[in-house]
Amino acid sequence: MSNQGKMDCGRRRLIVATAAVGGAGAVAALVPFVSSLLPSERAKAAGAPVEVDIGKLEAGQMMTVEWRGKPVWIINRTPEMLGTLPKLDGSVADPKSEVDMQPAYARNETRSIKKEFMVVVGICTHLGCSPSSKFKAGAEEGMPADWLGGFLCPCHGSTFDFAGRVFKSKPAPTNLEVPPHVYLSDTRIVIGEDKKGA
Amino acid sequence: MAAGKSEKYKSDGSIGGNALEWVDARFPATSLYKEHLSEYYAPKNFNFWYFFGSLALLVLVIQIVTGIFLVMHYKPDAALNANGVPIAFASVEYIMRDVPGGWLIRYMHSTGASAFFIVVYLHMFRGLLYGSYRKPRELTWLFGVGIFLVLMGEAFFGYLLPWGQMSFWGAQVIVNLFSAIPVIGPDLSILIRGDFVVGDATLNRFFSFHVIAFPLILIGLVAAHILALHETGSNNPDGIEIKANKDENGIPRDGIPFHPYYTVKDIVGVVVFLMVFSAVMFFAPEGGGYFLETPNFYPADPLKTPPHIAPVWYFTPYYSILRAMVWNFFGLPAKFWGVVGMGASVVIFAFLPWLDRSPVKSIRYRGPIYKTMLTLFVICFFILGYLGTLSPSPMGELISQICTVFYFGFFLGMPWWSRMDKFKPVPERVTMK
Repeated sequence: MSNQGKMDCGRRRLIVATAAVGGAGAVAALVPFVSSLLPSERAKAAGAPVEVDIGKLEAGQMMTVEWRGKPVWIINRTPEMLGTLPKLDGSVADPKSEVDMQPAYARNETRSIKKEFMVVVGICTHLGCSPSSKFKAGAEEGMPADWLGGFLCPCHGSTFDFAGRVFKSKPAPTNLEVPPHVYLSDTRIVIGEDKKGA
Repeated sequence: MAAGKSEKYKSDGSIGGNALEWVDARFPATSLYKEHLSEYYAPKNFNFWYFFGSLALLVLVIQIVTGIFLVMHYKPDAALNANGVPIAFASVEYIMRDVPGGWLIRYMHSTGASAFFIVVYLHMFRGLLYGSYRKPRELTWLFGVGIFLVLMGEAFFGYLLPWGQMSFWGAQVIVNLFSAIPVIGPDLSILIRGDFVVGDATLNRFFSFHVIAFPLILIGLVAAHILALHETGSNNPDGIEIKANKDENGIPRDGIPFHPYYTVKDIVGVVVFLMVFSAVMFFAPEGGGYFLETPNFYPADPLKTPPHIAPVWYFTPYYSILRAMVWNFFGLPAKFWGVVGMGASVVIFAFLPWLDRSPVKSIRYRGPIYKTMLTLFVICFFILGYLGTLSPSPMGELISQICTVFYFGFFLGMPWWSRMDKFKPVPERVTMK
């Protein structure tokens, strides 16, 4: 490094080019490491559909099954539960299920294929907690007096009705997700696919 | 510091002397020792608040040593064992019940995590009291903020490892925070988890981050923090530069060598600290449910969220700020603004050196405005922290919103209010009150 005389421009260019090639190599070396953080092939393959027998589910009861590591609720809604839905159209954020959180066949008033059976992923759309059931109307389960029944997320207080529709001004941005599902018979459903006989 | 003039060690002819001369000719042993210990001149008026830096270093050592031994018995595996219990959860129980002394090592580590945050918070508060972040110590402060961020990551990764209910759902919530970022969010959260749900892949990578990546970064940042501090010299409770007044040998008149004066002083701090630490570790290792939360004594269940989930106490102020954001702005959901608020509430500390425009550093020479603002800030911090441990409620939401506004107002308004204060004249030399 001499501080007198002319700079050797050819050498200077070589230094810059060498540094650039080295830098590009270092960036390229990141690729295998970052890609290793992505879900593995095994994790991607783990999303197999689940078959469920709902024959023993009494009216007003709920069961939970695991699909892709998430809880899926199946609720056999009573006429009273279904009766609360139209009354709440004014207080829920997306009464007509306009946001794409359900397959097209569940985009209706009850957000289900069969009116009474609600099939929904029990994961709050806010930050992924699993809401708890607060089926009793009124203040009996620690809810406000005008509560008609539904779900409360314990983490950040989002509330949902019996169709998994989120109430207005709550942290959860959308209704609960309805997974793809199909009825094999009156008492057997498959969660995770739309068509029979796959 | 006043090194540079360092000469190589000359042996006195003894075996030890010869050995040191041999080493010193090949490695800067004596010059490092002088520069950082025996000839590092620290202000002679350090008070109580100056214990917490060395205590943080002590806790770091406790965490590393206990961590090394915990890893010998812990298994990061979310699969269920023959009894239907996740292997990771069972291995922690095994450490607690079957490994000789395992319970003690584990309680040292879990108590150490909370102790780390207590001493670091007090260490940061000392900076606020005496303006330690001000010029020329901005870089020391920035390395410190970096340490704080890495420490938060370290604590978060570590909390997943016992694979209890709170571990699982806490990680679920925090990782989902990233999904609130527009466009890249959902993919980013999958990249962090390594799966579509928090699972075995997440547990294993968090283990790797917790025991290798983040400790390495942490140690590097701690070294940079101390090197930067020793370059500028320490601040002191009077907030004046002792280097401005040196004797004929170039030694600050108000400085005393770090070793032996402050090493011995710090021994007193260490002993008192270890008394409190041991009392918690032996008599209240769960810290009243704040250090080890009750739901974490149940194995992780992906199908059921515990009725009340809250982060560990040291994250609750930021968590309250997250929950306080309930409005949609600029077409982006409240969830996104919650994440932004939470991130900003931590990162904003980094800007303090440039936000504070007062002509004096130390609170001793500042006026009533700073004293009031700092007191209110600390009160707000505690209120936010307390609310973060509770279930969401309308009243809590309103209070946390008020405190959030003040929290950011404290920082963002500082360029104005820090200048308006009534200041007292700063003395030439440090005072010993």
